[in-house]
Amino acid sequence: MHALSVRGLTKTYSNGVQALKGVDLDVEEGDFFALLGPNGAGKTTLIGIATSLVNKTSGSLSVFGYDIDRQIEAAKSCIGVVPQELNFNQFESPETIVVNQAGFYGIPRRIARVRAQKYLKQLQLWDKRDKMARALSGGMKRRLMIARALMHEPRLLILDEPTAGVDIEVRRSMWEFVREINSQGTTIILTTHYLEEAESLCRNIAIIDGGHIVERDQMSSLLRRLHTEVFVLNLRDSLAAAPQLAGYPTTLVDGRTLEVEVTKEQSLNDIFMRLSALGIEVLSMRNKVNRLEEIFMRLVEKHGTALEEGPGERGRAGESRPASRSEAAPLRGHGGRS
Amino acid sequence: MNDSAAGAPLPPPVGLGLVHWIGFQTIVIREYGRIIRIWGQTLVPSAVNATLYFVIFGSLIGRRVGQMGGHSYMQFIAPGLIMMAVISNSYANVVSSFFGAKFGKHVEEMLVSPLPDWLIVAGYAAGGLVRGLLVGVVVTAVTLLFAHLRVEHAAIIAAAVILTSAVFSLGGFINALVAKNFDQISWFPTFVLQPLTYFGGVFYSVQILPGWAQAVSYANPILYMVNAFRYGFFGVSDVDVAGALLIMAAAVAGLFTIAVVLMHRASGIRE
Ligand SMILES: Nc1ncnc2c1ncn2[C@@H]1O[C@H](COP(=O)(O)OP(=O)(O)OP(=O)(O)O)[C@@H](O)[C@H]1O
Ligand SMILES: [Mg+2]
Repeated sequence: MHALSVRGLTKTYSNGVQALKGVDLDVEEGDFFALLGPNGAGKTTLIGIATSLVNKTSGSLSVFGYDIDRQIEAAKSCIGVVPQELNFNQFESPETIVVNQAGFYGIPRRIARVRAQKYLKQLQLWDKRDKMARALSGGMKRRLMIARALMHEPRLLILDEPTAGVDIEVRRSMWEFVREINSQGTTIILTTHYLEEAESLCRNIAIIDGGHIVERDQMSSLLRRLHTEVFVLNLRDSLAAAPQLAGYPTTLVDGRTLEVEVTKEQSLNDIFMRLSALGIEVLSMRNKVNRLEEIFMRLVEKHGTALEEGPGERGRAGESRPASRSEAAPLRGHGGRS
Repeated sequence: MNDSAAGAPLPPPVGLGLVHWIGFQTIVIREYGRIIRIWGQTLVPSAVNATLYFVIFGSLIGRRVGQMGGHSYMQFIAPGLIMMAVISNSYANVVSSFFGAKFGKHVEEMLVSPLPDWLIVAGYAAGGLVRGLLVGVVVTAVTLLFAHLRVEHAAIIAAAVILTSAVFSLGGFINALVAKNFDQISWFPTFVLQPLTYFGGVFYSVQILPGWAQAVSYANPILYMVNAFRYGFFGVSDVDVAGALLIMAAAVAGLFTIAVVLMHRASGIRE
């Protein structure tokens, strides 16, 4: 059973922006799924269509087999959504907000109150339950939206950048929390711009760019596909020039920082042997960038739209993007197995 | 194993009838909570207004007016003033609550839920009805301090007030749905609703008007509402009461349909 199944989905907004240009995507029940893409790629639009905040232009979408054209109410009752932007009444209290939300899904108030206590406690909001929501901090507001989305215990939980603006500690506890929810059988679709978050949480991934799915794979096999990695070495003694290591391109960033590019077939032992032979001592080592980030950048760069839009002005850039570039996307077909 | 399109519809995961009923109740409870939370803005102003009208028009000026439609002026305007409060409060409640929900985006809480559009319209209209009736009771209480009211036809009073409140609640909903900014929610009440109410026979019987003005007045829907309501108290009316109630019921049905269609077309709330 597919938790989400999308076929040929397109969306053209009334201002002419083509946000989705034929998306095909399946998400298995029970999956922890990452939907990644640069600003303006179409993630929120896709989620909006699934939750009926956005009307599609063409194509079809179903949730656990319920087609949104024919059984919209059943489809919606299966989804819980944490939207990208705050959308609760700032003048109501957290408890009122979550209890009413349960009511909209047909949960009787008596049961809703019990659940409100459970989820507000789990998200550390219980002692704020009577405060005006406006008075919560940004991170608390995000958690409130998570509690709200869980009140009807949905089979599919969609999180649209839930950790934006959330501190590291809370982010980690949120990860633990959604992992737990997922392990109990809830399917999760997550969008995020923190790629290490997606890498550590998600089993499957789709990358969307310019309204097309440009990649769809298991997280692990996608990461395996990465051919080269750059390691940053921290040296004990300062060097004057980058050492020559046959077969390994090197760059000296500053005297004590050396970058080495390594392909999949090469071995790290070999590099260390060569460095030792040259009398260079390595104190520590790390990846230059997160591996997923590397892949992500390559995919969206090749696709021709890599982050050319500043976060503040998404949309404008989408309109001015020449259609032909997107149409000529070299990567379609490569990732289009969905 | 294609579970997406083509297959036969699956049975819904939950009883949707029950979901509808609980969802409807939830909207009404939330609206009621809002009315009570900001009672200083929702319930008090009408009481103050009614008192001023009674003191100035009823006591001071009314004495010089003498009889109107066979009753003292104070008595004559009492039902009209109650109706005026019901009309403006029903409208104001839904227009500001729903526009607020749209503006603050929390309308999305309902849009993502399984509640169908017609139920959201009905829920908000019921919220407007709650406000209209609460204010009606408050203003009636004020009225009783100034004028003696006797009830001739209780059922007609109830029917007139409920239908009128429903008409303007739905009107407020439509206004909020199509409004793009705050100006557009104050425009209609100020430039249409208020003049129609003042010319709707609250303060005078249309019998005192010259022929052409009477004819124009009969095109004003509020005239029928006020007169049907007044008939419930005095047993006299400028219009045919059964016809008036029928027109109101038709208006409720018509406005409800328009609201649901607009909501479905998504103007202003869904992209
Ligand atoms: N309401 C709207 N009206 C017109 N265009 C829109 C609207 N919402 C989004 N768009 C456009 O559709 C495209 C996709 O936007 P969307 O919000 O789906 O992107 P996203 O992938 O969620 O981006 P982000 O990572 O910034 O949240 C963008 O070009 C955006 O400008
Ligand atoms: Mg988005």
